[in-house]
Amino acid sequence: MQNIVSIKKLSKIYDNNFQALNNITLDIKKNEIIALLGPNGAGKTTMISIICGIVIPTSGSVTVDNFDIIKDYRRTRSRIGLVPQELSLEQFEYVFNNVSYTRGLYGKAPNPSLIEKILKDLSLWDKRNSRINELSGGMKRRVLIAKALSHEPSVLFLDEPSAGVDVELRQEMWQVIKDLRNSGVTIILTTHYIEEAEAIADRVAVINKGELLVVDNTSDLVRSMGQKTLLIELQEAVQALPTKLGSYNLTVLNNGLSISYNYDSSSKQTGITSLLQDMKEAGLKLKDLKTEQSSLENIFVELVREN
Amino acid sequence: MNFYAIRAIYFHEMDRMRRTIGQSILSPVISTSLYFIVFGSVIGSMIPELDGVSYGSFIVPGLLMLTLLTQSISNSAFGIFFPKFTGSIYEVLAAPVSSLEIIIGFVGASASKSLIVGIIILFTASFFVELQIQYPLLMLFLLILTCLTFSLFGFLIGLLSNNFEQLQVVPLIIITPLVFLGGSLYTIEMLPEFWQKVSYFNPVVYLINGMRWSFYGASDINIFISVVSLVGFLVACIVGVAIVISKGYGIKN
Repeated sequence: MQNIVSIKKLSKIYDNNFQALNNITLDIKKNEIIALLGPNGAGKTTMISIICGIVIPTSGSVTVDNFDIIKDYRRTRSRIGLVPQELSLEQFEYVFNNVSYTRGLYGKAPNPSLIEKILKDLSLWDKRNSRINELSGGMKRRVLIAKALSHEPSVLFLDEPSAGVDVELRQEMWQVIKDLRNSGVTIILTTHYIEEAEAIADRVAVINKGELLVVDNTSDLVRSMGQKTLLIELQEAVQALPTKLGSYNLTVLNNGLSISYNYDSSSKQTGITSLLQDMKEAGLKLKDLKTEQSSLENIFVELVREN
Repeated sequence: MNFYAIRAIYFHEMDRMRRTIGQSILSPVISTSLYFIVFGSVIGSMIPELDGVSYGSFIVPGLLMLTLLTQSISNSAFGIFFPKFTGSIYEVLAAPVSSLEIIIGFVGASASKSLIVGIIILFTASFFVELQIQYPLLMLFLLILTCLTFSLFGFLIGLLSNNFEQLQVVPLIIITPLVFLGGSLYTIEMLPEFWQKVSYFNPVVYLINGMRWSFYGASDINIFISVVSLVGFLVACIVGVAIVISKGYGIKN
């Protein structure tokens, strides 16, 4: 698939010598949803801010639709919409006027019918003549999305779109994001919510301390890096594991009534068959079996800890 | 050139004036009118003519300049500082807009607001004092040039300010004293010789006398020197803003 954003060896060192980004290289494919995951201060917002023209890079290059973000800034910025992390809005302005203002900034002629459609899609049409300070936090977040969409961008950056948004609204926002992708918009979002990345992202990029740790399809990442656990419930409690089972990676749980076995689901031989055979030979009687897949959250925590 | 962006910034800023009409228009008009009433009509009637005009008429150019300078500076300084303060500056920086277009939008709106206030003040003055303008085109030229120059200066202050206190320092502590001591209410000739010489180091003296010459054809300073001084300051402001904005100081990391 064609790349729409290409980041090459991008670094950023702030005036206080803090290195926010260190030699990041990343390609973002057209019409995908990619989630940038990372703890606070990882460099996610700096990366987005550089691509959007708000922060000046120290070194490296970025192209959007094959145009350089510095040499061809008009072309690149006109293709980009940005929803910032903070609710940065002028509080005394009216919703419709404020969204129309952003469209003008991007060099587009006034188009009231398009603004009307965007506001209706985001359930803001009833609030078009309200001042921004009269809106709830969730509505303000949607105003920011409306502003970012007002000039019909092909790439949309969402910096922590679900921050401070209730569960119901978060689900609605995910649907809006999916609909936008279906309409041809490439979505790059940063998030703290791992479940958000799991729910809507096609790919995940994990960033920590300014470095890119991993980029992969969300499902592949979970499959390749994820550990599976087999939980075995016993009919009778065991005081200690039989010596025959000493070679397995087992943990006794629940006062000896359960045993857990960690294995790599991607390997050809998981060891489950031989384990069950050896347990039978050791005289252990099974009551129940179940497996658990480690989540993206486990993988994320493990990656960041290792880094 | 991104004309839609310039238009958007310009009307966005003009809209702020409409929303705050009391602060933007009424306040400067009322305070300047009080000067006309107190110094022009009441006290002025007891003061002899200066340069052949009544005292009430004499102070009009100076008070007009006082308002234009303070309004131009505060309009544009606040215009760029407020989005910095709220964080909404991000959308201007992320938009396909050049530095020049940003300056034209913000400074153009600020100068327009000051011009509107200046014209209203002139109109209001005519109710309290006898008003004559000998060179109306020159007066209009100086009016526009002053609004533009000091709007640029205010824009520079807004870019460099990190808090509201810094925003107010230059207009209140520097500009207002310079205007009051710059011959807005008296002629330089009325001062002792030493203070006359000191006054010539006050750049506002040249602005006020230029404006006064356009009204009455007489002033303490040659009109040519006044216009050159104003243009010189305009160029200095353009260079200052160009340097600051090209480095992204105050708005970009």
